[in-house]
Amino acid sequence: MINLKRAISVWLRNFTVYKRLYKSSMVLNFVEPALYLVAFGIGLSAYLKEINGMPYIKFIAPGIVASSSAFAATYECTYGTYVRMHYQKTFDAILATPVSLNDLIAGEILWGATKSLIYGTIIISVISIAGLVDSWSILLSIPFVFISGILFSEISVITAATVPGIDSFNYFYTLFMTPLFLFSGIFFPLDGLPEIVKDLAFFNPLYHMVEIMRAFSSGKIALSLSHILWLMVACLFIIRLPFNLMRRRIIR
Amino acid sequence: MEIVIAESLVKEYDSFKAVDGIDFNINRAECFGFLGPNGAGKTTIMKMIHCFMPPTRGLLKVFDLDVRVYPSEIKARIGVMPQENNLDPDLSVMENLIVYSRYFGIKKKEAIKRAEELLDFVGLYDRLNTNVEELSGGMKRRLVLARALLNEPELLILDEPTTGLDPLSRRQVWEMIRTEQAKGRTLILTTHYMEEAQLLCSRVAIMDSGRIVVTGSPEELMEKYGGSLEDVYLRLTGKRLVEATGEALRQQ
Repeated sequence: MINLKRAISVWLRNFTVYKRLYKSSMVLNFVEPALYLVAFGIGLSAYLKEINGMPYIKFIAPGIVASSSAFAATYECTYGTYVRMHYQKTFDAILATPVSLNDLIAGEILWGATKSLIYGTIIISVISIAGLVDSWSILLSIPFVFISGILFSEISVITAATVPGIDSFNYFYTLFMTPLFLFSGIFFPLDGLPEIVKDLAFFNPLYHMVEIMRAFSSGKIALSLSHILWLMVACLFIIRLPFNLMRRRIIR
Repeated sequence: MEIVIAESLVKEYDSFKAVDGIDFNINRAECFGFLGPNGAGKTTIMKMIHCFMPPTRGLLKVFDLDVRVYPSEIKARIGVMPQENNLDPDLSVMENLIVYSRYFGIKKKEAIKRAEELLDFVGLYDRLNTNVEELSGGMKRRLVLARALLNEPELLILDEPTTGLDPLSRRQVWEMIRTEQAKGRTLILTTHYMEEAQLLCSRVAIMDSGRIVVTGSPEELMEKYGGSLEDVYLRLTGKRLVEATGEALRQQ
């Protein structure tokens, strides 16, 4: 029960705002991935020559695409969505038009995934130009950057629908996103860790996305298939939650 | 012909009855006012009419369509001027209208034409590219009115259209509302200003604690109960409107 045209009109609203503001926000968003690449990739490679037969900086580069694009969607659909819903009352204005709550939330999630796509694509270009990618097949990973963006947007809208206030996102980032990030296999392979950590990684969406990016970056696409399946199933598994929880929050 | 029909309409929040079993009909091309202090249930009625939230019990039909079944169809034919200005603070005056017209599926060329005409009508044509945040309170209010007219609505909902405005801005908004009235649009207005009700409304319903105390034209009511509308309100509810507003605020 989503009217795609109306969902896109919501997407276009966010895009219109983004076009106005991207110059100021764009640069900041690339500082972080660049810092990780420089600090870990160059800093650590002095001590750590290779991981799995790969120069260390090459090992982490695809993972940085996965994490940066995931965080782009997350920021958009936690802080961004919350501000539009609570402070700017943008949602109230939109819901006075033929756009339904389902259309609105679909538009938000699509927009969050688009942010993933924008950042993912640019970082892929940067690491490719820098010679950190072995195979052209990395270009085929772009649709999966979008799908991972959908999943992280869903998780974020669920969070935005349930937090009591905007400060509570601190808990989400500290207790959820940071552990996902650190134990996703971006900086070190999870093989050496205790069984329990490896088992938990199965439930970490970012771990699967990192594996997908690594597979496409090295040209071993077949290695990504189970992880792609995991992402898609996860997307569908929780798809009703952001809609239902937002309905409960907004319409009393 | 009746544009809005309500029978035994109830809205409950948890255990609190915001609207407590009311009946009313609103006819085509009339201006119907809901009078009462804050917390009397006026805004709740407005939100049910423009399908923001469903009634708890009772019948509510707009354009002969059930609000629970046909929200998008109804909303396509309604314009809403909400109590709070929920304009898009990140966008310019013109962008606000273009983005909003997309929610109604209005084509770009037509949207620009209508936006220009409406900005001319509300006296903001020379502010086309101004950022919304730089507008005065009165200008923002007029922009919200222009936005409510984008879809050429048959029914215009005005929720406290002039609350918080200075006398000059208030008179400007009144004049614009009267122009729209003359075009044959049906108007629903909530207010706690008796002067506003007397000037604009052909019929009013006086509300107290979620109930309609009496319905009639301002002239009828004043003749029947004597004195001004303010006196009528005092006689029927035992409260002065100003005091009642304070009391309602304390209860919230």
